Amino acid sequence: MAGDARLSLQPGAPARVRLSGAWTQAEGLPDAEALLAQLPPGSALVVAGDGIQRWDTTLAAFVQALERAAAATDRTVEFEQLPPGLERLLRLTRAGRDATAARKGSEVDRRGKPLSRMLQDLLAGAGRPLARLLPRALAWAELAGRIYVALVRLVLGRARVPWSDVVEQFVECGPRALPIVTLLSFLIGAITAFVGVVQLRMFGAELYVADLVGMGMLLEMGALMTAVVMAGRAGAAFAAALGTMQTNEEIDALSTLGLDPVEFLVLPRVLALAVCTPLLTLYADLMGIIGGSAVAVGMLQMSPATYFNEVAEAVSLSDALKGLIKSLAFGLAIGFAGCLRGIESGRSAQAVGRAATSAVVTSIVLIVLLDAALTMLFFIYDGQL
Amino acid sequence: MSAAIDDIAIRVEGLTMAYGQRVIQRDLNFEVRRGARFVIMGESGCGKSTLLKHMIGLLEPSTGRVEVEGTDPWTMAPSERGRLARAFGVLYQSGALWSSMTVAENVALPLEQYTDFPAERVYELVRLKLALVGLADAADRYPSEISGGMRKRAGLARAMALDPQVLFLDEPSAGLDPVSSALLDELILEIGESLGTTFVIVSHELASIFAIATDSVFLDADTKTQLDVGPPRELAHGGSPKVRRFLARAAHVDQPTEGAAT
Repeated sequence: MAGDARLSLQPGAPARVRLSGAWTQAEGLPDAEALLAQLPPGSALVVAGDGIQRWDTTLAAFVQALERAAAATDRTVEFEQLPPGLERLLRLTRAGRDATAARKGSEVDRRGKPLSRMLQDLLAGAGRPLARLLPRALAWAELAGRIYVALVRLVLGRARVPWSDVVEQFVECGPRALPIVTLLSFLIGAITAFVGVVQLRMFGAELYVADLVGMGMLLEMGALMTAVVMAGRAGAAFAAALGTMQTNEEIDALSTLGLDPVEFLVLPRVLALAVCTPLLTLYADLMGIIGGSAVAVGMLQMSPATYFNEVAEAVSLSDALKGLIKSLAFGLAIGFAGCLRGIESGRSAQAVGRAATSAVVTSIVLIVLLDAALTMLFFIYDGQL
Repeated sequence: MSAAIDDIAIRVEGLTMAYGQRVIQRDLNFEVRRGARFVIMGESGCGKSTLLKHMIGLLEPSTGRVEVEGTDPWTMAPSERGRLARAFGVLYQSGALWSSMTVAENVALPLEQYTDFPAERVYELVRLKLALVGLADAADRYPSEISGGMRKRAGLARAMALDPQVLFLDEPSAGLDPVSSALLDELILEIGESLGTTFVIVSHELASIFAIATDSVFLDADTKTQLDVGPPRELAHGGSPKVRRFLARAAHVDQPTEGAAT
């Protein structure tokens, strides 16, 4: 039999509610407020529990809801013959509630002034990121400085670098990234050529598609695509690895031993990226040009020799160097962003996930900013601006 | 209270710990004597591990100071702090083994860092420390390949690698079964007695507190300061009510309160 709360009203006596049947989650929960609404206002209520057969926390929830609803409408409620275990259970919830209330204390004062409170929240919401900006900028600058110091110590031969870790990072950043770099740069070269063919055809200048692909890959797309791949692979991996080490107190364990986490963890990763990104970029440049040749040969029936000749005519060593300088800067930026986000990471599973995400976002923002800045610099250097 | 300076391994004076604006504990004052097994007790979330991190110099005090061997690590030159780091070993809550190294390499790293021993000598020492904690067979396994209890013991072996004067243990028996936990307590007693090591232990396991502690401090989460300092056995009778309750394993709820369940 399902739980039942039956109301009986007798003139002159307080209203009685008799609870009977099974009060379990499977049977559902009657509405305490609806029950009270049937009563004349201000009247007293007696709840008798002598008919209860089975019960679980559903009953406790109902009793509490009844107490709450009665308090809200200035009625008094008395309970009779509740199951003995229930009283213990209710006492437990009260103890928990009192302790929470005692700890929070000021919670109640916060309500009451909704408008000023909202305004306050708004201003605080606007101000908080600004207030956090300075300490965060300082943290960035500190890490950049510490990486620099570690690099200098490395050059001077005074850094204690775990070489086995360095090798592992090189393998991870370099050879293991080859397949994806191959695929992406080949396609980017082909797409560039395709877009070029469609436009250049209108002027009968299809031959120059080779120039477009060569310059495009060497100056811009090779470095950019490699960097994006590295941000997704290495940057996220660094942040996740360092974040997990942070969670696991491994970084604390290094610090207490007097070992510099930057030298021990960050340096191998930044070094690996600083070397692997330019090398992969060079490879991506080549793959992109080959990708362009597929379109040129396939769509324009250009002979491969003509195409590669035209590429060789169009590009110079300095173009390739510019791309490589960019890619070195990108590699350093990705290593920096990945390690920074990992070290900053909070000590929980979600925090590590956020660290990996924000490492990728930060890397890509830095890559594009650096790309813009370096492109401008190269133009100025060439006297074209 | 007025023990000779040389008897004091660590002194905490007027320490207030805070994360930003949030105060964790304030006005902490106590001393850890040399050779003591000092337990930091308290309810969950009262700042026991935070206090430990202040004592090993990972976190900077908001106010007050922590003196280790008579000096404040935060006023030391960075090069000096390396020397201090040698003087103590830390077992972190989760073991904190470096995940890219084997158990043996983990124990070897502090030795390689701070001694000029040739590789064979280092590994002799590593073997000894691992045998001491009963992990001789797991030397070449990676942290992810061993159980939680083994990770704790490996962490202890690493903390002991340099034979430090002070060992800090952050909840050594948390997450261990009663037998492993008792074995670890025994190990702590043995090490303390045979090597004269000072222990600072964060714990809320009553069994091990009574088994190993010679001195203790109780941190209160509600008043945010220390309630009592002294040997737990004495505090169990003579401490403040809350500490007595803690040590008698009694909760508020068990005591009938008026107005409960009308």
